[in-house]
Amino acid sequence: MGHFTKKSKAKPEISTASLPDIIFMLLIFFMVTTVLREQEVQVRTILPQAEALTKIEQKRYVSYIWMGPEKLRGNRFGETRVQIDDAIIEDMTNIRSIMYKKLTEEPRLIVSMRVDEESEMGVVTDTQQELRKGGALRINYSSKRDISGL
Amino acid sequence: MGVLAKKKERREAEIPTSSMADIAFLLLIFFLVTTTIDVDTGIGMTLPPELDENVEPPPVKERNSLKILINSAGQVLLEDLPSSVTQIRGEVQTHVQNQGQDPRYSESPTKALVSIKTDRQTPYNLYIQTLDEVWMAYFEIWDNEARSLGFANYVEYRSNLEEGAENEIRKKWPAQISLAEPDPGE
Repeated sequence: MGHFTKKSKAKPEISTASLPDIIFMLLIFFMVTTVLREQEVQVRTILPQAEALTKIEQKRYVSYIWMGPEKLRGNRFGETRVQIDDAIIEDMTNIRSIMYKKLTEEPRLIVSMRVDEESEMGVVTDTQQELRKGGALRINYSSKRDISGL
Repeated sequence: MGVLAKKKERREAEIPTSSMADIAFLLLIFFLVTTTIDVDTGIGMTLPPELDENVEPPPVKERNSLKILINSAGQVLLEDLPSSVTQIRGEVQTHVQNQGQDPRYSESPTKALVSIKTDRQTPYNLYIQTLDEVWMAYFEIWDNEARSLGFANYVEYRSNLEEGAENEIRKKWPAQISLAEPDPGE
């Protein structure tokens, strides 16, 4: 019983030992959520495999264009579509103005084309023609390293 | 009232903090595992600027350009000869390293040009494979050149280049890959 009376005398204190942990938790939370922008890719892009790859070191110059069959409900895929940022491009001629605007904001722009490996060249060529009209000439065909070859 | 106050005083007012670190670590590990920091890799290209209708494209001698045509059926034509994707690398190297010897190939590496033409129905995968082979041909040439300069490979040479210094290997063996103008509408 004497033990209990002793404890009741102790002043209630909020421990600060966990503060650094809480800060770390917040830090991690913001690191994770702010760096990765919510960009839902609405087309399927299984990247082709290649050997002669180069890394894009300056990631902030990169702007993505996705091309591939549109994802539909129930694991089905529709027609090949082009997506820039969050929106699917309905009219291909819009690409030139979008890219021109991006280029004025960032002159060192690199356009990374994430094209599904089962696509046909038609859509890629059309996009490239638009990119040329917009003046965005630095492109990158996003591809993965061939794992089976290693 | 007095009874209530007494009760409160007796209550344990401490939150166990020893597990806090564990929770934080758990979260850290969770995010570490789930976030994929994917390094962006790909094949870099520079598109030609838009054609000016009034300006004629610079003339390229027939022998200096190696034409690769990939048709809609996925067949590769190297200088109008049917061939396979695996042959491209060797052919590009012969073409670039010809130094004017064989009249069918280029006059000099700086004049050598590789032209890739595709159809609208050409599979993208095949196009990438072709482009990959062409680039690998150049990479191997650069590797050889770097080795003759005393480096292990081209990557080592490039990382040893000083800021602003000219890349002599690429100057000697420029990779001139041209993507042919698409045919105007069907």
